[in-house]
Amino acid sequence: MLTYTIRRLLMAIPTLLFIALVIFLLLELAPGDPMGQMPLTIPPEVKERMRAALGLDQAWYVRFYLWLYQFFVVEPQYWFDAVFGTNLADGAQRIISFQSRSPVFTTIGERLPQTLWVVGMSYIVGVLIAIPIGIISAYKQYSVFDQVGTFVSMVGFSVPPFFSGVLVIVIFSVNLGWLPSIYDTTLVVDSWDTFGLQIKQMIMPVMVLALQTTAQVSRYMRASMLDNLGQDYVRTARAKGMSESTVVLKHVLRNSLIPVVTVIALGIPSIFGGAIITEQVFKVNGLGQLLIIALQGNDIPMVMTLTFLFAVLIVLFNLIADILYGVLDPRIRYD
Amino acid sequence: MTDSAVTAPPVPVKTRSQWADVWDQFKTHKGAVIGLCFLVFITLFVTLGPVLWGIDPKALDVRNKDVRPIYMALFSGEHKTQWAHPMGTDNLGRDIMANIMQGGQISLAVGWTAMILSVFIGTLIGVLAGYFRRLDGLLMRFTDLVLALPLLPLLLVMMLLFRDPLRATFGPEQGIFILIVTGIGITSWMHTARIVRGDVLALKEREFVLAARSIGTPARRMITRHLLPNVLSPIMVSATLGLATAIITESALSFLGLGFPSDFPTWGKILFDSVDRMTAFPERVLWPGLAISLTVLSVNYIGDGLRDALDPRIRGL
Repeated sequence: MLTYTIRRLLMAIPTLLFIALVIFLLLELAPGDPMGQMPLTIPPEVKERMRAALGLDQAWYVRFYLWLYQFFVVEPQYWFDAVFGTNLADGAQRIISFQSRSPVFTTIGERLPQTLWVVGMSYIVGVLIAIPIGIISAYKQYSVFDQVGTFVSMVGFSVPPFFSGVLVIVIFSVNLGWLPSIYDTTLVVDSWDTFGLQIKQMIMPVMVLALQTTAQVSRYMRASMLDNLGQDYVRTARAKGMSESTVVLKHVLRNSLIPVVTVIALGIPSIFGGAIITEQVFKVNGLGQLLIIALQGNDIPMVMTLTFLFAVLIVLFNLIADILYGVLDPRIRYD
Repeated sequence: MTDSAVTAPPVPVKTRSQWADVWDQFKTHKGAVIGLCFLVFITLFVTLGPVLWGIDPKALDVRNKDVRPIYMALFSGEHKTQWAHPMGTDNLGRDIMANIMQGGQISLAVGWTAMILSVFIGTLIGVLAGYFRRLDGLLMRFTDLVLALPLLPLLLVMMLLFRDPLRATFGPEQGIFILIVTGIGITSWMHTARIVRGDVLALKEREFVLAARSIGTPARRMITRHLLPNVLSPIMVSATLGLATAIITESALSFLGLGFPSDFPTWGKILFDSVDRMTAFPERVLWPGLAISLTVLSVNYIGDGLRDALDPRIRGL
C-alpha cells in the first residue's frame, strides 16, 4: 500500500506539470492582452516598459519556469515563514495579480473561507441526505419512496444550479421574503443574532448545491446497496437470526459504503467547479467569482494559479479515492 | 423454468429485428416515452414554432412593453396581459415566446452538434485505443490527463480568450457557435472513450472477431463491420447523456456572460438577462429555465430508457 501511494504520488508530478503547461500555453496562445484596458494615450515606449515590468517581454518558457518556481518554491517558503517566523523567502518575488498588484495567494486566502463554508457545508448536507435516501430506496425497491427518490434525483441531475438557484430566490426571497437573496460576506458572526443571519443566508446556496450532490450520491448508494442485498452473506446473516436492522445497517451498509466513499471523494473537486455558477447566482464572493473577475480582467497570473489549484484538487482527490478504496476493501490489492 | 422450456413444443415465432425488440422494451419505460414525446414537442416548438407564430423575436414594440404572461389575468384584472403575447413581452416590447423559440433553436443546435462532436472524438479514441495495442497506453494516458483538467474553468478561459479572433473570422454568431461547440466537444469525450475502449477490448477476445481475422479482414473493415455495430448501445447511451450535459454547459456559459452576444438569444442568455429584473417579472426567468430543465430532464429519461432497452439481459423480461 505504501509503495503504491508513493508511486502514485510520484506519477502525479508529471501529470500536474503537464496540466500546468496546458493551462499556461492556452493562456499564452490567447490573444487577450493584459495591457488592453490601459488608456490609449500612454506612449508606446512607456507601454513597452510597463509590459517589461509585468514580465511579459520574456520568452514563454522563461515565464513558465518562473511561474513554476514561484508556485512550488517561493510561495511555500512564504507560508513557512508566516507559520514559524523564519526568513526563508528573503523577499523573493511572489506571484502577483495583474489586477490588484497584491500576491495572488493573499487574495485566494481571503476568498477561500466563503467558498469552503458554502461548498463544504453543501457537500456534507448533500451526503447526509443522500445516504439514508439511498438505503431506504434500495431496501424498499420499487416502492413509492423509491419512485419518488428516483424522480427527485433525476430532477437534481437535470435542473442546472443557475435555474434552481434563481427559482429558490424568486420563491423564498421575492415572494415569501424569508431569506436574503445575496450572500453578505462582511457579516461577522459574534452573537446568536448574527449566527442566525449567517444560517439564513447560507440555506439557499447550500441547498442548491446539495441537491446536485444528493442526486448523484443517492443513486450510487442505492445501486451499491442493491448489489449487496442480494449476496449470500446477507442470507446467512438473516438465517442465523440477526435482527433486520443489524443485517441492513451493519453488514450491508458497511460493504455498500466502500464504493460510495470513493465516489464522494471523487466528487469533491467537481463541486468546486459547480460552485462557480452558484456563487455567481447568490453573489458569494468566493473563489469562483474571483476566477470570473480575473478572466474578465485578463489577469493571467490569477487565472493560471486558480485553474491550476482546481487541477491539483482533482489529482489529489483521485489519489485519495484510489487509496481509500484499497484501505477500505481488503480484497483490493494494488501491489 | 428450464423444464417447461424443454418440454414446450416449438412454436413458430415471427422473426423480429433487434430494433423492434429495443423499441418494445423502450415503450415499457413510461418516463422515457414521456421524455421522447417532450423532446419531439420542444424540437417542433423551436423549429416550426417561429414559422407559425410569425413574430420577429427582435422586433421592438415599446408601446406593448412589460406585458405579463396570460395566466396573470387569472389572479387579478389589473395586470397588463394580451393574447397576442401569451408569455408576455420584455422591457423593450420583444415577444418572449418568439425569443424562447429562437433561443431554443440555438440551444438545441449547440447541444446536438457538441454531442455529435464529443461522441465522434470519444468513439474514435476509444476504438483506436481498444483495437491497436500500440496506441492503447498513449491514448489512455492522454484521456486520464484530460480528465484531470479542471474543465469548467478551462472552458471559461477558452470562451473569453478566443471569442474575438473567431468572431472576426467567422462573423459574430458563427464564430461563437464554432467556439462553444468545439469547446464543449473537446472537453466531454473522455467517458465515451473509456466505455468504448473497454467494450472493444472485451469484443476482441470473442470468437467472431477471431474468425473475421482468420479470413484476412483488414483492420479498417474489422472496425466498421464488426466492432462499431457491437459497441453502438453504450455509444447511444453516452450520446444522450452528452446531449444533456452539452445543453446545460452552453446555458451555464451563457449564464456566466461568456456565451453568445446579448442580441442573440439562447435559453441561458435569456435567463441571464432576466435575472436583474426577476423581482418584478419572475416569469421571465421561469420560461427559459423551465425550457432548459424540462429538455434536459426528458433527455435524461430517454437515456435511462435506452440503457434498459439496449441491455439484452433486461430486454425480454
